[in-house]
Amino acid sequence: MRLTDTDRAMLDGAHGPAVGRAMDLLVRYGQALGAEQLVDTNNVCGANIFGARHLNYPARTITSHDEAFSELSLDSDEVVEVPQVRAYSCQLIGPMDSRHWELQGLSRQARDAIADSESYSGRHGIHLLSTCTPYQVGNVPVRGEHCAWMESSAVVYINSVLGARSNVEGRESTGAAMLTRRIPYWGLHDPGNRFATDLVDVRVEAESVLDWGLLGYFVGSVVQDRIPALRGITTTPDLVRLKHFGAAASSSGGVELYHIPGVTAEARTEEEAFGGAEPRRVFGYGPRERRETYEALNSTAAGAGDDIDLVMIGCPHATMEQVRQVCTLLEGRRVADGTHLWVFTPSQIRALADRNGFTERLAAAGAALMSDTCPAIGQFLPDGTRVIATDSAKQVHYLPAIMGVQGRFGSVETCVEAAVTGRWPGEAL
Amino acid sequence: MSELVIRGRCVVGGRAEGEALVTRETISGWGGVDARTGSVIESRHELQGVSFAGRVLLFPGAKGSSGWSATFHTARLAGTAPAAMLFTTMTTKMALGAVVTRAPAMTDFDTDPFEAIETGDRVLVDADAGRVVVTKGGR
Repeated sequence: MRLTDTDRAMLDGAHGPAVGRAMDLLVRYGQALGAEQLVDTNNVCGANIFGARHLNYPARTITSHDEAFSELSLDSDEVVEVPQVRAYSCQLIGPMDSRHWELQGLSRQARDAIADSESYSGRHGIHLLSTCTPYQVGNVPVRGEHCAWMESSAVVYINSVLGARSNVEGRESTGAAMLTRRIPYWGLHDPGNRFATDLVDVRVEAESVLDWGLLGYFVGSVVQDRIPALRGITTTPDLVRLKHFGAAASSSGGVELYHIPGVTAEARTEEEAFGGAEPRRVFGYGPRERRETYEALNSTAAGAGDDIDLVMIGCPHATMEQVRQVCTLLEGRRVADGTHLWVFTPSQIRALADRNGFTERLAAAGAALMSDTCPAIGQFLPDGTRVIATDSAKQVHYLPAIMGVQGRFGSVETCVEAAVTGRWPGEAL
Repeated sequence: MSELVIRGRCVVGGRAEGEALVTRETISGWGGVDARTGSVIESRHELQGVSFAGRVLLFPGAKGSSGWSATFHTARLAGTAPAAMLFTTMTTKMALGAVVTRAPAMTDFDTDPFEAIETGDRVLVDADAGRVVVTKGGR
């Protein structure tokens, strides 16, 4: 890999040991990729808030914030003193809701440790957005901007919808990018690698958020980590639909960029999406594929019975309008005894929901508006939870495996109905 | 017992030997692997419930969450990482995950490794030399 003089100076320790370790990780990572060089980035989103489960191992206990950042965020054996971040850096979704940590089942001691870790990030200049949707709360990259983001659902959103350039980075590469403003120039940073390879011919109308989640989950499962373009989209999907579509496609597969001609940033036409080339593979998505995808998403619920213990809305984190929709669906009703309804949104949107009275309306109906985390990231559920329901293909893909529960997927209307009755009403597909 | 040699590109240097664990399905790291046991936990994965700890893992590559590297990093700290990793599709998740796992890792093989290696084979991965030595039928 070709390093610039500045890269080499950083590697040699001219900017201190932490920057040196950060550059060492980027060089090892770049060489592993087969990258030829690094590129400047001044927009980094990573995850550096740690709790007990990140710090305790059979043969090792991490005892300081600098040690945690050195080991977990820089892959450095040496414990380095971490300076202020050099890049514009944001914290993604983390392990704890700053307001509802007791609902998560955290002890005061566990809460204090995580709050302390968060404060360390804040003091080092990392903006505590604490959401999987930074693009909802002020970090909106422009077309062509080189970014280094984690969070597959956010990366696919900024690449596709906004035309930013980011690979799916990890905790260590974003930690290193925060300190160096550099990231390997590879994959989606190169415009030549951003053309569609696979065509998905959509033969059923994609209208509701449920439709877009199903379509995304199907697309990811067939195209894996290639770049799909959609044909047959007759409506203009909004932020919520594209958020659910991308999150689903990056869960069932590894989709980091897609094109919807006439909608997304880099494809005015199908020809432009493919850069004039022919699709290498073509897949059809009709009523049968839609039904099979729905069944795959509900497969962990086999034999679960109809009882629902937890309804989770807000993966990726809900928009203000989605929060309002849950309030509307709950109007004059209450969450059933023994069932929980948790809605997750960025803390900045929760502040707005407080102001709008939505938080209070949800609480009055027995639901909770939560922020900063989710059950899969924070690894928490109400005691005794056996079956969860969610309107998110991504959450139902991950949560049953992570928490050992059964999961149902359906529309937000069906999910709220389940919360109110405590039973899964089924879905008219 | 027959022996065969495959050549490939070094992703992470080093040399390790172990029993092969082969899957033709990509692996999800965060949410797909329990790093504390080194086991695959993804629903419907053909390796669900199987641990890769100490084995030579041959798989197409990484998929899913950006927590892939953090999960395999945790596996290293917990002592449940694979002895070596062989994979065929390069992605940023895969490259970074291999780097922080610090086990020998290789890709870009001169022969299809899925044709050459089966679960249970004895495999020596000499990433520094760009060489994989496969002893069929195991010990």
